[in-house]
Amino acid sequence: MAEKKSCLKGVGLTKVFGLGRNKNTAVDHVDFDFSEGEIVSIVGESGSGKTTLAKMLLGLISTTEGEIYFQGKKRDIRSQRAKKEYWTNIQAIFQDPFSSYNIFNKIDSLFLDCINMRGGKNLPYEKKVEMMTEACSFVNLKFAELTNKYPFELSGGQMQRLMIARIFLLKPKILLADEPTSMIDACSRATILDMLLKLRNDTGMTIIFITHDIGLAYFVSDKVFIMEHGKFVESGTADEVILRPKEAYTKRLLNDVPKIHEEWDLSTVDIKNQ
Amino acid sequence: MGKVMLEVNELTTKYITRFNEDVYAVDHVSLKVEEGKSLGIAGESGCGKSTLALSLMGYYFSPLHYTSGEIIIDGQNITGMNPDAVRKSILGNEIAYIPQAAMNALNPTQKIINFIEDVVQAHDPKVSKKEIYELARERFEVLGLPKEVLQRYPVELSGGMKQRTVIATSVILEPKILIADEPSSALDVTSQKMVIKMLRYMMEKGYVKAMIFITHELPLLYNVTDDIMVMYAGQIVEKGSAQQTVFDPIHPYAKGLMGSIIVPESGLKDSKLTAIPGTPPNLKKPPEGCRFAERCKYVTPECKRFPVDMKYVEGNRSYRCIFSEEHLRKAYQNG
Repeated sequence: MAEKKSCLKGVGLTKVFGLGRNKNTAVDHVDFDFSEGEIVSIVGESGSGKTTLAKMLLGLISTTEGEIYFQGKKRDIRSQRAKKEYWTNIQAIFQDPFSSYNIFNKIDSLFLDCINMRGGKNLPYEKKVEMMTEACSFVNLKFAELTNKYPFELSGGQMQRLMIARIFLLKPKILLADEPTSMIDACSRATILDMLLKLRNDTGMTIIFITHDIGLAYFVSDKVFIMEHGKFVESGTADEVILRPKEAYTKRLLNDVPKIHEEWDLSTVDIKNQ
Repeated sequence: MGKVMLEVNELTTKYITRFNEDVYAVDHVSLKVEEGKSLGIAGESGCGKSTLALSLMGYYFSPLHYTSGEIIIDGQNITGMNPDAVRKSILGNEIAYIPQAAMNALNPTQKIINFIEDVVQAHDPKVSKKEIYELARERFEVLGLPKEVLQRYPVELSGGMKQRTVIATSVILEPKILIADEPSSALDVTSQKMVIKMLRYMMEKGYVKAMIFITHELPLLYNVTDDIMVMYAGQIVEKGSAQQTVFDPIHPYAKGLMGSIIVPESGLKDSKLTAIPGTPPNLKKPPEGCRFAERCKYVTPECKRFPVDMKYVEGNRSYRCIFSEEHLRKAYQNG
């Protein structure tokens, strides 16, 4: 089998907030290489630097040190135009689907924006409707029922599925999913994860899945990176990391998740801890 | 059989919307919790879990209204009590409620100890501040919270610590029943574990006699509670021990729910998640027959005709489906 092409690569990526005594290194010299069509998870507790790393990858904040390579080429997003160009290749879905929508616009205008942005501005309206219907059926929703609705009329699970439909229309090379299921109940969560897997299988997208739930990471991903205090402490294929963890930190994270076939050991946490 | 701490018979409560429509969010729910036991309530969002929790306290305020049924706490019937009386003598003393964002209950301008003083003096104004401090200090020590916390302001504490502080405060008057409504879903996994450990500790020490735990996280429920009740569209669809309900569900909805469990254990990757298609029915106009019929794989025209009653089967279990247990099991085997 041929070696997979590198999609996103980081070398010595660092982000430092503050100066002098208030210096806070959120991401500390991390290296990674994500191949095309891979689902990678970044797992860590709150405050471990997952979201800061995501923001750097998206180009929302600058990097203090280190380089990002996109498809083998060094990423340069200093000009506004280059940034826009970069964002056609990388898109994100966030924890709270409601904050990603304009609450005054109906659902169809959101999709129309996506089509217009991808050079479909002069298409006839019927063609656009066809595209929107296809995107909605991809996430098992009926476009005809949604056109005239406002975001507040939908449930969180439906909104998150619409976000995935949006990604389906935009067809970026990389999707960055930052805790996409943490505000959704367990039942719809399975649906969202299934859809992410389908998205990868159908379009060959690289998906970076950020979560604190190691169970979810194990279910969706090919590779898992465990992050602690801004560093990757353990990485490898999902089976390697989750079933045969080496680092104490990974073991602790695994232990903290309630399980059903094994005993859940409560003695490992000290409730005096602040 | 232990002493029954909480008994609820055919409780029905409704919301009245501003257009005067009735929404029956809790529909003929009956349950019993014995001393020293905990009951878990599972179900997807919007199925009436939290409304049931609010209804159990007997403290109704608009738009939630009481319709029928009774609530008996340790032999005392609290149905039809005046809301003010409920607030004074039932809440806190008999039954305590922890909402999901309990930590937001803390007043940012008050020290934790002042907050506790308010709680205790609201029920008994005669207790002196010194007594309250002694009580709080002792209680915090037993529950593993450092006593320094009492002199802190909420901003100085982490999210998990605040949540545990509020939980410890809610049981300071030793209520008989504790209702915990998603107490840990806003926290990360480590803080969640600390909260669970503390809740278990409170049961062991006898600060609460019985507990009702509400969450959609099934692995958590399985680890915390003795019995599990699955709710769908305001009704109970299955009731049984935690072991039975998680590993061997009878009702098709419970079966679907258990199929969506994600835990980091080997074998998970090969198993296919069974997401339930569709959305729950609109409770303004609930369907005539089985409420799950629209989304059920094994539906027959018979299902939609009449309301379905609970069926009681061996091993203290019950479920709400027109089919027999054998029929359902056969259907699951055939996929």
